[in-house]
Amino acid sequence: MRARTLPHSGLRKGRGIPAVRRAMTVAAVVSLGAGLLAGCADDGDGGSNSSSGDSEGKTTITLGLFGTQGFKEAGLYAEYEKLNPDIKIAETVVERNENYYPALVNRLTSNSGLQDIQAVEVGNIAEVVETQSSKLMDLSKAEGVESGNWLDWKWKQATTKDGQTIGLGTDVGPMAICYRKDLFEKAGLPTDREEVSKLWAGSWEKLVEVGRDYQKKAPEGTTFLDSPGGLINAILSSEEEKFYNASGEVTYKTNPKVKDAFDLTAEAAEDGLTGNQTQFQPAWDTTIANSKFAAVSCPPWMLGTIMGKSKPESFGKWDVASAPKPGNWGGTFLSVPKSGKNTEEAAKLVAWLTAPEQQAKLFAKQGSFPSAPGAYELPQVTGAKNELTGDAPIGEFFAKAAEDVPNQPIGPKDQIIQQGLTDNGVILVAQGKSPEEAWETATKTIDNNLDK
Amino acid sequence: MSTRHDTAAPPVKEGGAAPGRSSAGPVSAEAAKKRARLSRRWQRDIKWSPYAFISPFFLLFAAFGLFPLIYTAWASLHQVELTAPTDMSWVGLRNYTRIFDDEFFWNAAQNTLTIGIISTVPQLLMAMGLAHILNYKLRGSTFYRVIMLAPYATSIAAASLVFVLLFGRDYGMINWALGFVGIDNIDWQNDTWASQFAVSSIVIWRWTGYNALIYLAAMQAIPQDLYESAALDGANRWQQFLHVTLPSLRPTILFTVVVSTIGASQLFGEPLLFDANKGASGGSTHQFQTLGLYLYEQGWVNQHLGRASAIAWTMFLILIVIGIANSVISRRLRASS
Repeated sequence: MRARTLPHSGLRKGRGIPAVRRAMTVAAVVSLGAGLLAGCADDGDGGSNSSSGDSEGKTTITLGLFGTQGFKEAGLYAEYEKLNPDIKIAETVVERNENYYPALVNRLTSNSGLQDIQAVEVGNIAEVVETQSSKLMDLSKAEGVESGNWLDWKWKQATTKDGQTIGLGTDVGPMAICYRKDLFEKAGLPTDREEVSKLWAGSWEKLVEVGRDYQKKAPEGTTFLDSPGGLINAILSSEEEKFYNASGEVTYKTNPKVKDAFDLTAEAAEDGLTGNQTQFQPAWDTTIANSKFAAVSCPPWMLGTIMGKSKPESFGKWDVASAPKPGNWGGTFLSVPKSGKNTEEAAKLVAWLTAPEQQAKLFAKQGSFPSAPGAYELPQVTGAKNELTGDAPIGEFFAKAAEDVPNQPIGPKDQIIQQGLTDNGVILVAQGKSPEEAWETATKTIDNNLDK
Repeated sequence: MSTRHDTAAPPVKEGGAAPGRSSAGPVSAEAAKKRARLSRRWQRDIKWSPYAFISPFFLLFAAFGLFPLIYTAWASLHQVELTAPTDMSWVGLRNYTRIFDDEFFWNAAQNTLTIGIISTVPQLLMAMGLAHILNYKLRGSTFYRVIMLAPYATSIAAASLVFVLLFGRDYGMINWALGFVGIDNIDWQNDTWASQFAVSSIVIWRWTGYNALIYLAAMQAIPQDLYESAALDGANRWQQFLHVTLPSLRPTILFTVVVSTIGASQLFGEPLLFDANKGASGGSTHQFQTLGLYLYEQGWVNQHLGRASAIAWTMFLILIVIGIANSVISRRLRASS
């Protein structure tokens, strides 16, 4: 219509506006479409790597971490930047590993959005080793890295079958039993750490027996242990094998050790020796603040957790005894994705951060226990004390526990199985269900979760 | 300048440009060609530029709506793991057939339904009551309206975390208050009904004000004379509400029901955060695991993308069925009025 009625001149004059408008529309549509395509396209190697040189020509190395690794808090970045004036370090931290890990896998598989250095939790390291090793640098060949610097089992956890080591260990969680001297005394149990350790040396059944003794004369409203989950985790971590056998098959239902651990924990929960709690939930936190349990299975980092939740009057009332059998709970690795721009500098930083000296400094500040035995000789570890446990020589104590930890095969789905046994399993017994019912709920949940 | 001259025929004297074909005679062949070309361009402009203008939505929809939808359908026919999303192996309809005897899926479906009912029904009833009260002349009515909308503006995460503390078994404020009337501690997280009620209460708290404001807006659009004539006929307040307000609100009620149903079927954040430590399993016996949560658990926790995709599509189909049922009912209602 409009076109037909317009005069030539008018057409020419008026053409300006629609032409501009049309051009703009086309431009908008094209740029939007292009943007979408670009957004979806493969970033290629290092396409979206976040490291870059800034105006002063410094290289920025980025770390993707979860939880509180504490490198920054312990001043390690500042120290490294001082030693290497060309380097700047930046970190991004996701609070919970449940949120961090799926995103990490997603980024590794799509090779985009990765930091120069990525942390991996021990519960996930087997899966990363098995499925993502082609995307990660072999750090055993990096400068200054010597496999003998680490605990043997820690080194092996991040090593593939063909000998690539794709992550260097930071901390480990050698387990002890932390206990309240005041509550033990009231229940008529010994309070000296040597004597307490002897009470249950060698077997978890003995620990549960001690729990029965405790419960007979227990101060009102307290339980021997904090939660069923804490107990089953501790027992399982001290076994030679738990959910996978040495050839990598899932054996959690046929391994008698797993069922034994479950049954013993269920027994303890049925007899009311454990609190009806799930660890790390707000309600569990309050049982720490209100001194509702007498003992807890306790890697070094757990001391930090307890300290953070305790009231000041509890400080000094705790002590540390050996676990019936040594085991490991927790720990982290640092790995370097191949797609990064500064893989070499990143590997150097990882090697430095995980060297014994730095691990010892981290322990002194943050309580993350070193995975490098070299650190155990250093004064930060040998002289370590904790406000919570008074004069207990925790450094020497955990160092001894770390060296006795069994070299347990870990599998890609350890975390799912573990969570099933605790959160869909033994906790049900504490809530009043029968152990058989709890085992069935746990195994059904786990099998459904494992089934591809 | 721009007063619609472009749409009206310009004066004939200017440049001899008479409208239409009346002046077509003496124009040279070249000019005619040029004009035809321009005219074609105009026509093309008229014809296609509207599509260009609406295209941003459709491009975005294609990239973030349609493509994922189709890709999810494709993935649901495969066994795919998050650790290697490009490594797909064809399994046909197995991911769908296994849903039939997947007790966890049906448990989640049932939870979604019950939580949906015990959250939506009280929520809409309360919203109606609140809207009715706010419809009276009140001092500071704007203040109350803002207050009502405040929960809606709160983030789910913050709200859920506060509710988790309130519903704590040993030290929660709700159990503490119930203690005064002689009710023993209720295990809000582990008891099936208690946990579903607790999750629903977060939903109710969050959405009641929003629905109340929608009802209020609709109530204010009801002509005053309807009430006057009802009053003349001797109807009391309650009868007025029943026979004037409610019938006038029918389309609005239908709208809120549809929106709440969709919201309820996609319930995710509240149950996820209600027991954050158990991840997405929705409690130790999955007692408040909704379909959305189960989908998330399969995809992101257990890393089975194929299974998760099949669950997503099944949810989609269920929603379509609900949508059809909804439209049938609303057509019935309209016919009966």
